[in-house]
Amino acid sequence: MSERVYTVVPAPRREAIRSMAKRGERVDGRKPEEYREVKLEVGVAGNADGSAKVALGHTKVIAGVKVSLGQPFPDAPNAGVQVVHAELIPLASPIFEPGPPDENDVELARVIDRGLRSAPALKLENLVVVPGKQVWRVFIDIYPIDHDGNFIDASGLAAMGALLSAKIPKVLVTPDGVITRTEEKVPLPVADIPVFVTIAKIGDVLVVDPCYEEELVMDARITFALTKDNYVCAIQKGGRGSFTPEEIERALDMALNIAPRLRAVLENLRQAGGA
Amino acid sequence: MTGATGVKLLTEDGRRLDGRALSEMRRCRIEAGVLKNADGSAYIELGRNKIIVAVYGPKEVHPRHEALPDRMLLRCRYSMLPFSVADERKSPAPTRREVEISKVIREALEPAIFLEEFPRTSVDVYIEVIEADGSTRVASITAAAVALADAGIPMRDLVAGVSIGKIEGKLAVDLSGIEDQYGEGDMPIAMMPRLGEVTLMQADGRFTREEVAQALQMAREAIQRLYEEQKRALKERYSKVLAAELGEEQ
Repeated sequence: MSERVYTVVPAPRREAIRSMAKRGERVDGRKPEEYREVKLEVGVAGNADGSAKVALGHTKVIAGVKVSLGQPFPDAPNAGVQVVHAELIPLASPIFEPGPPDENDVELARVIDRGLRSAPALKLENLVVVPGKQVWRVFIDIYPIDHDGNFIDASGLAAMGALLSAKIPKVLVTPDGVITRTEEKVPLPVADIPVFVTIAKIGDVLVVDPCYEEELVMDARITFALTKDNYVCAIQKGGRGSFTPEEIERALDMALNIAPRLRAVLENLRQAGGA
Repeated sequence: MTGATGVKLLTEDGRRLDGRALSEMRRCRIEAGVLKNADGSAYIELGRNKIIVAVYGPKEVHPRHEALPDRMLLRCRYSMLPFSVADERKSPAPTRREVEISKVIREALEPAIFLEEFPRTSVDVYIEVIEADGSTRVASITAAAVALADAGIPMRDLVAGVSIGKIEGKLAVDLSGIEDQYGEGDMPIAMMPRLGEVTLMQADGRFTREEVAQALQMAREAIQRLYEEQKRALKERYSKVLAAELGEEQ
């Protein structure tokens, strides 16, 4: 599709979308609590240790995992390292500019990082090779490639897809700390499968999984990352508007409702031998 | 019992390391109009946190292409001085953390400002943390709202913030640095106190649905107390301004 992409919605269109929301209708025909179809494909980048491509309607995100051996952080000598990086590249939309990461890139990466870390998605303590000296450093790089809204949720799914499909070299360590890599590959120690659910507020209406046009007219958004036991492991409010506490609770219930379906997409992958 | 990280944050009688009860905020003191050059300013002490906020504007937008045709451009810069942190010197270059916090602080303040009344102008909010001891982003918001009011920017409401944390499985109001570092979760919340609307909400750690609802309620109560201190600071500032003006007339 190559419709004109605008950055400001013309006032009549804006009013139309907002009054549609009041009637419980959305621009793409969905209901307020209806999530778009999720498509997940793994192994999309052969040189990565794990990779996934997610389609959320027209939104597409690729995530790749690369691991390398390195030193642990001084304040966590017996834990592996997780690094999340995201970049909103101009390939994905005319609204993105080339250049160093701006606040939107940084926010996206940090929200995904917090959700994965708090769940926790990875058992970082199982990524230690030589305690205090050598650990696996897991780099998760997220690149949206087509923009139709809700990059946070799509990025979360892509990141988890990449982690679940990753295979890293099995290493042998001699008593004096010499590391040799074997040909054998092992999966990453995945402890939980957090999913991110974003809800947008348009006027007084809450809609799940906003598309790009809805993001342009929304007052605010709120994202919940949820563990498989229904713990909230990250929250991020964004946008120029506000929520009443009651709206936040209602948004959280919407997120709790949709989360198992999103997680099932990732769990299917695991059962299919992806991990 | 100790928390997930194995560091004890509660004493036998359920008190926190600094002697506070779980629902108790640290001492908070705000002063408005602390700088000569800024159009508005404020200083906040929340426990050991010390933060200065300066507001410049409304003024012409530079660079000009950033000007918005339908509303004011609000810009925020949250920054920690290199010596403000307990551990090693922080590099003066903006970190990713500061970049994100600057964004969420701006989005926490925007709902309170009549942005649409000032098209093609900018207001710049500069936040410098002098001493940090947990909850700096919410303390910055509490002070920034006072600085904006001090600058005379028309606002729907003030904004005040508090962090709700989880220590040893229990919710606690206003996390200190050590509680943030070793606790099981941090949930900063900012609200417009009069309107009761949430303008900032973040979280890391693990919270149940009920804990999220309870945290919102605890935040609401703490924010009302901060609101009183904000109003006190503004009244004190303007009773001084008024006294000075009356003195000149006589």
